[in-house]
Amino acid sequence: MDQLLQHCLNALMLGGTYALLGIGLTLIFGIMKVVNFTHGELYAFGAYMMYMLVMLTGVNFFVALGLAIILGVLLGALLEFVLLSRLRGADIDTTMLVMIGAWIALQNAEQLAWTGVAVNIRNPFPAAPLVMGPVSVAWNRVFVFAIALALIFATYRLINHTKLGRAMRATFQDRDTAALMGVQINRIHTATFALGSGLAAAAGALLGPVFVAYPSMGDLAAAKAFAVVILGGLGSIPGATAGGFILAFVEELGAGYISSGYRDAMGFVLIIVILLFRPTGLFARRERIG
Amino acid sequence: MKAAATLVILAVLATVPWWIGNPYLLHVLIVTGIFVIAAMSLNLLLGYAGQLSLGHVAFFGVGAYASALTSLGFSVHISPAMVWQVDAKPAWLAMLAGIVAAGLCGWFIGRIAFKIRGAYFVIVSISFAEVARLVATNWVELTQGPMALNNIPPLFGFYKKPENYWLVLAVAVIAFILIQRLVSSKAGRAMIALAENEALATSVGIDVTRYLVLATVVSAAMAGAAGALYAHYVRIVDPDVFLFLYTVTMVIMVITGGKGTLAGPVVGGLIFGLLPEGLRAAAIRPEAQWIVYGVLMVLVVYFLPQGIVPALRRQAK
Repeated sequence: MDQLLQHCLNALMLGGTYALLGIGLTLIFGIMKVVNFTHGELYAFGAYMMYMLVMLTGVNFFVALGLAIILGVLLGALLEFVLLSRLRGADIDTTMLVMIGAWIALQNAEQLAWTGVAVNIRNPFPAAPLVMGPVSVAWNRVFVFAIALALIFATYRLINHTKLGRAMRATFQDRDTAALMGVQINRIHTATFALGSGLAAAAGALLGPVFVAYPSMGDLAAAKAFAVVILGGLGSIPGATAGGFILAFVEELGAGYISSGYRDAMGFVLIIVILLFRPTGLFARRERIG
Repeated sequence: MKAAATLVILAVLATVPWWIGNPYLLHVLIVTGIFVIAAMSLNLLLGYAGQLSLGHVAFFGVGAYASALTSLGFSVHISPAMVWQVDAKPAWLAMLAGIVAAGLCGWFIGRIAFKIRGAYFVIVSISFAEVARLVATNWVELTQGPMALNNIPPLFGFYKKPENYWLVLAVAVIAFILIQRLVSSKAGRAMIALAENEALATSVGIDVTRYLVLATVVSAAMAGAAGALYAHYVRIVDPDVFLFLYTVTMVIMVITGGKGTLAGPVVGGLIFGLLPEGLRAAAIRPEAQWIVYGVLMVLVVYFLPQGIVPALRRQAK
């Protein structure tokens, strides 16, 4: 029983970051319809920015976290502006191929810059875990969970309750009408991609110090983000949040009680099963944008 | 005229082992040839049937593993009390087993492709390849996991490089002719029609499921044959044959050469099979080499969206 409780607590902590990765991708893949292969690279970028700022230049941990997220937003904006702005209206296969090219180039640039050796990032939290009766959790995981929830909530507010969010939703529902209403649609494309990228960088900057940072760390993260988005239904932030927690619970319990070797396979199997039987995701009634 | 040119090219290709001298270069050509076969099979799905499969390496890997295991023999517990024992078979028979196993996977993926398209199909195909890789890593009793399957016997007792070169060339020619016959047949025209306008194709009575499944089965079986050739040539197979990067390599070959053309994957395959060696000779680090790959891919999509072969053809006219 204690073991089950501990698994559930671990899953809850993990689910926060999966949800964060998922909502970043659900904006780009779900709303913009760009199959974003660079999502994992932005995640790795966030982690490496933490490494550079905290370990190499000695910036305060919390300041570094904020800077890493801002740098992620800027890199996302740059990628969108350079690569995608000239592909407006191109079919999904074309943009996908460009994103695959960008993914390969970015990942190997990271490897060239930081070598393939995994690096540790120091964090300022006490090493002793927070003990709650029969279960315990590390303080840095609690911090990651809290920040992840805050970012998810902020994104939800931004998309649903601000002028910018309304412009985003309008642009991807009907580009021409939005443009006629005076929405600067090119800027909205860039802003949406930058926001999604910033969230991926935030997830990397949060999880880098919990685990280690290495150049190909983004591959698995991206795969999980896709699983989360498909679970929750494209373009739905509450769906992606729930999807993140579901994936974390399935993985954690599957690894604990079935086989730890197949931990990472759970997400992929979930994707195949969901797409076969409920292609719009678990929660969406239908695709929001067709 | 065209037939004569083809024969001359084939004759030149067939004599390569006699004048090339450098055994390493011959090795590079053999591996390139295997990837050209895989790229041709991907082209059938991507170029003609219009399905972007990013899990193509799964068929390659399943072919490699099935063929290697059949030629080595294996015994595996299906349930605690039941053991499935297969004795070592001759390598050519094992290759057939590899082709059939890959074809069966293709049938499964083809059935899925009928239900979901576009981005969803891409993600399912990637997931399928990743699950295959994780199974190959974790099912140690069958696959030896990361310890790899070693000492795989070569096909027809071909230990030497020239023999393997001719074998790969022969399989490549057979694959090329098969695809040529298929795409100029009624079934091929049906696939192309589906890729161009599915609603219209369906309305004139083309059976979507049937032709998509046919395309994936043939494509997967051919990729399986390439995987089997690979396994029996390098004689070691580990879970890395399922790496996503190999799929990406095949996709780059097809897109650069020209998807939906017969010569496209051959041209693209030769370029991207030999380019790494050229870059290595120029003493460029592997990471930088991959950056060049990635940037080239982006540039090709921007400036040669149809690929090299159609662009050359337009120049000729």
